[in-house]
Amino acid sequence: MTTTIAPPTTTEANPGYKWVGTRPVRHDGLDKVTGRARFGADLTLPGMLIGAVLRSPHAHARILSIDTSPAKAIDGVKAVVTGADFPMLESEAGEGGEGEVDFRDLCHNIMARDKVLYEGHALAAVAATSRRAALAALAAIKVDYEVLPHVIDVEDAMMPDAPVLHEDMITAGMDPAPETPSNVAARYLHERGDAEQAFAGADVIVEREFTTKPVHQGYIEPHAVVADVAEDGRAMVWCSSQGHFMVRTYTAKLLGWEPSRIKVIPAEIGGGFGGKTTVYIEPVATLLSQKAGRPVKVVMTRDEVFRATGPTSGSKIRFKVGARRDGTIVAASGWLAYQAGAFKGSPVELGVMCMLAPYNVPNFHLEGFDVVNNMPKVAAYRAPGAPMAAFASETVLDEVARALDMDPLEFRMANAAEEGVKAVYGPRFRRIGYRETVEAIRDHPHYSEPLGSNQGRGVASGFWFNFGSVSSATVHINEDGGASVMTGSPDIGGSRASMALMAAEELGIDVYRITPIVADTESIGFTDMTGGSRVTHATGMAVIEACRTVVADLRARAAKIWDVDVDDVEWVEGRAQHVEGNHPPLTTEDLAETSARTGGPITASASLNARGAGVAFSTQVCDVEVDPETGAVEILRYTTAQDAGRAIHPSYVEGQMQGGVAQGIGWALNEEYLFDRQGVMENPGFLDYRIPVASDLPMIDTVIVEVPNPGHPYGVRGVGEVGIVPPMAAVANAIHDATGLRLEELPMSPVRVLAAISANGG
Amino acid sequence: MSSTPVTATINEDQVEFLCQSDQTLLEALRDVVGLTGVKEGCATGDCGACSVILDGRLTCSCLVLAPEAAGATIFTVEGMAGPDGLHPLQQSFLEGAALQCGVCTPGFLVAAKSLLDRRADPSESEVRYAIAGNLCRCTGYDKIVRSILTAAEDMKKAAEEKEKV
Amino acid sequence: MARVFLASTLRRFTGGVEEVEVEATTVRALISDLDQRFPGLGKHLRSGLAIAIDGEIMANALYETVPEDAEVHFLPPMGGG
Repeated sequence: MTTTIAPPTTTEANPGYKWVGTRPVRHDGLDKVTGRARFGADLTLPGMLIGAVLRSPHAHARILSIDTSPAKAIDGVKAVVTGADFPMLESEAGEGGEGEVDFRDLCHNIMARDKVLYEGHALAAVAATSRRAALAALAAIKVDYEVLPHVIDVEDAMMPDAPVLHEDMITAGMDPAPETPSNVAARYLHERGDAEQAFAGADVIVEREFTTKPVHQGYIEPHAVVADVAEDGRAMVWCSSQGHFMVRTYTAKLLGWEPSRIKVIPAEIGGGFGGKTTVYIEPVATLLSQKAGRPVKVVMTRDEVFRATGPTSGSKIRFKVGARRDGTIVAASGWLAYQAGAFKGSPVELGVMCMLAPYNVPNFHLEGFDVVNNMPKVAAYRAPGAPMAAFASETVLDEVARALDMDPLEFRMANAAEEGVKAVYGPRFRRIGYRETVEAIRDHPHYSEPLGSNQGRGVASGFWFNFGSVSSATVHINEDGGASVMTGSPDIGGSRASMALMAAEELGIDVYRITPIVADTESIGFTDMTGGSRVTHATGMAVIEACRTVVADLRARAAKIWDVDVDDVEWVEGRAQHVEGNHPPLTTEDLAETSARTGGPITASASLNARGAGVAFSTQVCDVEVDPETGAVEILRYTTAQDAGRAIHPSYVEGQMQGGVAQGIGWALNEEYLFDRQGVMENPGFLDYRIPVASDLPMIDTVIVEVPNPGHPYGVRGVGEVGIVPPMAAVANAIHDATGLRLEELPMSPVRVLAAISANGG
Repeated sequence: MSSTPVTATINEDQVEFLCQSDQTLLEALRDVVGLTGVKEGCATGDCGACSVILDGRLTCSCLVLAPEAAGATIFTVEGMAGPDGLHPLQQSFLEGAALQCGVCTPGFLVAAKSLLDRRADPSESEVRYAIAGNLCRCTGYDKIVRSILTAAEDMKKAAEEKEKV
Repeated sequence: MARVFLASTLRRFTGGVEEVEVEATTVRALISDLDQRFPGLGKHLRSGLAIAIDGEIMANALYETVPEDAEVHFLPPMGGG
């Protein structure tokens, strides 16, 4: 295989770095362009059974009885399970994709017990010798339901007469606590100063109300698992997920097992975007395998992915901003209600915390409501909670800027948060690069290009946290001087390449002499999920630390060979050098070859809870053309600037930026869950749930801004998520620029745009 | 249900396999023939992850019944690299970072090859429409489109050089 | 003295007090001190909340050092996609 390395093209030179900032071909690339790479559904084991899951046809119903005996009688059926086969767990918080998971809710979500809470809710599963037999068995299971009234819309679900999903749900965060149960799981309040009073001093006040719909992460690979429980009760679980340690922890918890009984092997993962930060079929396949005494594969259909996993919340948001004539924001207030799906835990509080984070706002009152409804339990989705909140806030801010006759970027600059400013979510910012992202867009040729008729330009900014958390890495120097770098972080979009680049930088050896490996749960220390934009930062720190230990060891070996003090040995570009040049340098190869004589193989591990995670900002500009006849919106041009702190592999940083924008454009223009009157999802397939295709989009230009994060050895900031935060508002602001119309409801589909044009007499 | 024997030319090899009459070509290729580079993303012809070239036509293998493939010539991603190394499209996808998770990549490579087989010098817009039946959720298509255009250019140059010799 | 800022949701424990000064060198000591002043708050703070010390957000921070004159905020448990 031929490989080439393009010169670094980041916006800033990378002083002192040889590998960081270059663009090598990713190490797992060859397997992925040849079909060799094995994803979740690609494993077949001898004697393997096929599992399938029975799902509720009703949005809300009591399960009166389940009779599985006809299924068991079908030829080839080897195991049947229902909720009764799983332990009933008490309410207990664990760490999860959106910060917290309640294991009681999770145990009810993977297999319904007394009630089904959404159409698609699992309530039984079978394993059989063929898919045909498995499907026949599902059809034979007899379930008696008492259908209950259901509720989908978030405001309907908050009404006093709404059907209540959970009889024990008392709204948290209310003082005094309500006496009656409702669908409002929690109320969150973030406030500072006196917003009401400050509004009185504003010269311009804009207030609007927004509606967004649930949208799915839309990863192309459906959830897939192969579980194989051996006679001694130990299990091998092969699956694609954003965290195989998470799969082990959750599966063990849900089965009442010790985690050490389960080995989870990470398959390649075909996209996640937050949607694979929890389990659905993994505990089910494991229990089926135990019952059948054979390996069991369960692969979701696309229809099941839509009906039973993800999505993220639909929302209702009222938002108000007041500013003085000089462009200073004086106050903001917001009311946000997010759908949580069947169990509590929407990302509404994160929405509240993020929506004004790019700005210095002295007075605000932001109130969020987490509301359960009869749709699948929401899962994390790229910057969970922030995009819909930013759609509201960045649209209103655009309108304020226009009312003040200010350029929208200048208005943002006038209020930009910077180091030392108290963030809306509380603490003071450390060094951040928000202002730099605004400047990058302002100075980009795109921003001053002339527009034609029916065309418009919009800008928006976004904020998202980065997370640290626990990661492990092990580095082995091979006998030829090459190295293996093992981590516990599934590689969702190029992290193997980033790990190899950081190891190459530290060890001083060629990046292609490094083999980055995603190791299974028995081969590496515990590692938190690939999510929260944390891997390059946190797992990268573990790699750097392990490499530094290896380098210290390599220096010690050279000192031993030369019989000198280790302090007289330097490590320069993959070689041990004597400070006074008394000995010819020893390369990694030399030291590896002789390692048996100097103390044995050279290897080191590092496990840590990474501190120092930065925060990330993005500012984006979008040009659209609106067809006044059809209401169709075409994206003509798109440019995104994002602070990456330090781009380790710029191509994959750009890829994250472009991918986030594309998902945001889908959210803005096309994507939504549609439910019929019975609460049944009407569009559970890619034909009717339309994600952007190549002919919908232009090239997405990227500007990588590098304001190093002081908390990382190379200045890394997470880049995975923030790119999805600005697009909906950027597109809406561009549509306004083109048509004079403010759209307050997502998606801004041709039907809605045309309705707005017609309502305006157009 | 009885099995049907099917003989087809897959990636230039004559292959015989047994399939069920209700089995799709996608299922037969993955589960019987063992070509798991062909991916299932939807099984309804909407995502293109299972793209193959069937008798010269770009086809979603999930929409074809396996017995219909009798006598057909089928090309999958596994047939792309040859003894001389990677296909220029594979090489340009690698160098252009045209994949993130990689699950849609086999389908894109097959769709792109189908385009370049027909049209050596496509425009950006032609590339975008040629791959509009393939969904990618990671990349926003930017680097995929660029990599296909680069591969087309590389292949054209290589063909011109060959002619000169 | 560390300055501890309490978000609105925590003020039900403090009778509305937003900001308190605490003499503590570790997060654990700081939480103990707060719990003595505002009974019930400690349990809540230990149950998975993240903490920001001088702007740096971290989870599982019970044994972290609190610098002299640090600004401390407690934040809800957070995670990403």
